[in-house]
Amino acid sequence: MAAAVRIFLLVLLLLGPGGWGQAEPPRDSLREELVITPLPSGDVAATFQFRTRWDSELQREWVSHYRLFPKALGQLISKYSLRELHLSLTQGFWRTRYWGTPFLQAPSGAELWAWFQETVTDVDESWKELSNVLSGIFCASLNFIDSTNTVTPTASFKPLGLANGTDHSFLRYAVLPREVVCTENLTPWKKLLPCSSKAGLSVLLKADRLFHTSYHSQAVHIRPVCRNARCTSVSWELRQTLSVVFDAFVTGQGKKDWSLFRMFSRTLTEPCPLALESRVYVDITSYGQDNETLEVYPPPLTTYQDVILGTRKTYAVYDLLDAAVVSNSRSLNIQLKWKRPPENEAPPVPFLYAQRYVSGYGLQSGELSTLLYNTHPYRAFPVLLLDSVPWYLRLYVHTLTITSKGKENKPSERSPQPAPPPPLPLHVPQHLSSQGYIHYQPAQDRMQPHLLEMLIQLPANSITKVSIQFERALLKWTEYTPDPNHGFYVSPSVLSALVPSVVAAKPGDWEESPLFNSLFPVSDSSSYFVRLYTEPLLVSLPTPDFSMPYNVVCLTCTVVAVCYGSFYNLLTRTFQIEEPRKGGLAKRLANLVRRARGVPPL
Amino acid sequence: MVDTCFLSQGLTTLAGLLLLPFGSLAASQIEDQAEQFFRSGHTNNWAVLVCTSRFWFNYRHVANTLSVYRSVKRLGIPDSHIVLMLADDMACNPRNPKPATVYSHKNMELNVYGDDVEVDYRSYEVTVENFLRVLTGRIPSSTPRSKRLLSDDRSNILIYMTGHGGNGFLKFQDSEEITNIELADAFEQMWQKRRYNELLFIIDTCQGASMYERFYSPNIMALASSQVGEDSLSHQPDPAVGVHLMDRYTFYVLEFLEEINPASQTNMNDLFQVCPKSLCVSTPGHRTDLFQRDPKNVLITDFFGSVRKVEITTETLSLQPDSGVIESRIITILGNHQLEDICFCKSYKSLFLSQVSLDYSRSSVSIQILDSARLFLKKKKY
Repeated sequence: MAAAVRIFLLVLLLLGPGGWGQAEPPRDSLREELVITPLPSGDVAATFQFRTRWDSELQREWVSHYRLFPKALGQLISKYSLRELHLSLTQGFWRTRYWGTPFLQAPSGAELWAWFQETVTDVDESWKELSNVLSGIFCASLNFIDSTNTVTPTASFKPLGLANGTDHSFLRYAVLPREVVCTENLTPWKKLLPCSSKAGLSVLLKADRLFHTSYHSQAVHIRPVCRNARCTSVSWELRQTLSVVFDAFVTGQGKKDWSLFRMFSRTLTEPCPLALESRVYVDITSYGQDNETLEVYPPPLTTYQDVILGTRKTYAVYDLLDAAVVSNSRSLNIQLKWKRPPENEAPPVPFLYAQRYVSGYGLQSGELSTLLYNTHPYRAFPVLLLDSVPWYLRLYVHTLTITSKGKENKPSERSPQPAPPPPLPLHVPQHLSSQGYIHYQPAQDRMQPHLLEMLIQLPANSITKVSIQFERALLKWTEYTPDPNHGFYVSPSVLSALVPSVVAAKPGDWEESPLFNSLFPVSDSSSYFVRLYTEPLLVSLPTPDFSMPYNVVCLTCTVVAVCYGSFYNLLTRTFQIEEPRKGGLAKRLANLVRRARGVPPL
Repeated sequence: MVDTCFLSQGLTTLAGLLLLPFGSLAASQIEDQAEQFFRSGHTNNWAVLVCTSRFWFNYRHVANTLSVYRSVKRLGIPDSHIVLMLADDMACNPRNPKPATVYSHKNMELNVYGDDVEVDYRSYEVTVENFLRVLTGRIPSSTPRSKRLLSDDRSNILIYMTGHGGNGFLKFQDSEEITNIELADAFEQMWQKRRYNELLFIIDTCQGASMYERFYSPNIMALASSQVGEDSLSHQPDPAVGVHLMDRYTFYVLEFLEEINPASQTNMNDLFQVCPKSLCVSTPGHRTDLFQRDPKNVLITDFFGSVRKVEITTETLSLQPDSGVIESRIITILGNHQLEDICFCKSYKSLFLSQVSLDYSRSSVSIQILDSARLFLKKKKY
């Protein structure tokens, strides 16, 4: 037994054909891409996407061989019967007003939402275990996700992959706004990549550059997708995305020229050998025709033009698998130089953006306000707003007011009719846009937070204000964090909308289009789906002075000891007067004589 | 004829006599190796590194813990065997002028945070309860593997704590304390559950020696940065960062450890001499009465490094293209452990294997296996 235990064979990932090779292992493929977008404010945004597609049906087949798809996540899908998983860790805030609409925005802190399969019996139990396992994998404190910050949205978070039915009881959503993101979250994220920061685009992922940014967001998205155009079978898609925004003045020392080396302190030397595609896209939209404003070096061999997020954009494409771009003798360092400063034209304002703030004074009550901006000149469109407020801010729903352009704008309260399942996954149910929709779930102390979901029609060229008043609760002594004077966070609001496009998009082949164009499935070419988040809010709660119990004990004991103790001594002690003894033998003899005579002694 | 026979015999005996010392030398070398092999009696190493202070001005406590983490990782203990608890985030703190870095020396010489760090307990998770649960193993079942201390009776554990402390207590995050009696009881629980072979406890706080006064379990060696009634002082402030970067005791311990490599023979007596009163201002103390071995026989790498015991086998297993045969062989070898239960997580790769040589041409594999693989099978019980 000891000998048998001593000698056992460890099966590693066999990358060669000398594998176990009974049946053909499911094929998987990796595509990686980097999109560099100069933002209207002068900063530079870089979005990495690593997408592993695995042609396997995890639920039905027993899998023992993992090649590109990481085993940690594959086991998670099969053990907890997940249909979709989306986890993001973000530091900073995407300023939609100044930077434009993002490809994929995430709220500050940690956000986790998951769709479970219909076979799961106890969704809350699986959700709790899932968040604990993910906290171990990503070194984040996701184990703090419990019923006090988990909600079940009913309309906002539709499945992003294939879906048979949408019973919302299998969806869970939680945000931890206080979560810090640092190198210890990036390290396990990088280790899930097939080429793991050794080759390809992931060599650029250096922590000391990536965290010196205005916005850093890393995410993991797992969803089932169609394997082919006819959708006869299902594949699993894992997307790992990382978006950063480099501040021109901090990292570029005030100059707007940038290069890969200046941003990441590395250049690209080789593609990932396991990747099917490895590309870098640089957005040269507004300046594509006019070559005198800027110059991109090295000059791109191909360009790509398409309608992205509603507008026509041009990208310079650098294919790392092409030997003319990157080879053993030449590394790729993309540079952008401004030949003359761009004209001072106002940056294009996105059609939808939002702001949120807390107003009021004192520590008893306040008001939460969300401002939704629709800057389209003539089109009105609906927005689904999801608000999740912690239980210790007691919302007064009767004070909920929505005003647009000074007039009240009430979402109609008719209950939505159940619709037949749509053929492609939609993100704002089309049937709901004509009616109103409002769903409110009140909080229960220490058990669940407030959930408010509303479909609001935003009139054209308007600002809509949604405000609600609240009262702050006093927590129990042990519920305060070790730094309670910092304040308590309220998770950001989520806006999901189909924004009208300027240019109609033609639906292209999913597999052929670049990754940043296939994040959200689009069914209607006249609008594009966008999910925006507002800022998280920091609210002060009435905080007790934690040193008071100690002070009270000291003071009370002193008072008791001094006052009561003195009186007690005065009342209960008997006092005796004692003569001091003095004198020697002569005096004692004299006292004897005097006692014999009956005279008082000396 | 006879002469040549005698001559050849003489030559062979002469050759034998000449080769004898070499043989004995070789034999003694093997004996030495065998003795070293069995000297300390532990088969795996664990480290529990705790920083208990929150807020930016306690930057130095995080830097202390990360310096020990860095040394321990450099000397071979993998992340899966390190439980790192940091009560606050300094590297990505908005006040840090150089994000994702934690420096230990002014002029930004050494970034102890590095590029490959895994923090197991962060921020609000560093509490007295979680620390004691990690030590004693009484952890809720949903806790992930990286947050557990899965040691056994042949593990050498290094426990390093730093923060603000006083006579008999250590403060956790400005809201709770752990006393020396609780700590001693936790170690006794560990001893009774056979969760350690030998334990090295290092503490860098004010009046640190009070924390090890109450230990009563065997095989514990303790070091502290200051005696009862003395304060441990910080080393030097940095004008760019704006706070003190490290504490004196850990600074000199880090300097000492930077010179250790996995093969060095430095022993504990040298560690006791680190940071005399002239450099540290406080008097470092140590306690060895509960420890069975003589400190001069205890190597630094017994606690700070990771032992890789290698057992060489001559049996070869041939790889057949038919996987069914292989599977059945594996299952018979492994016994009750099902094939799919075995976790081939990347974090265990460095732990499991020192070398695997695959020879495809002959379709046979000879494997050198670590004793710690036995540990892995034991861990499945948890």
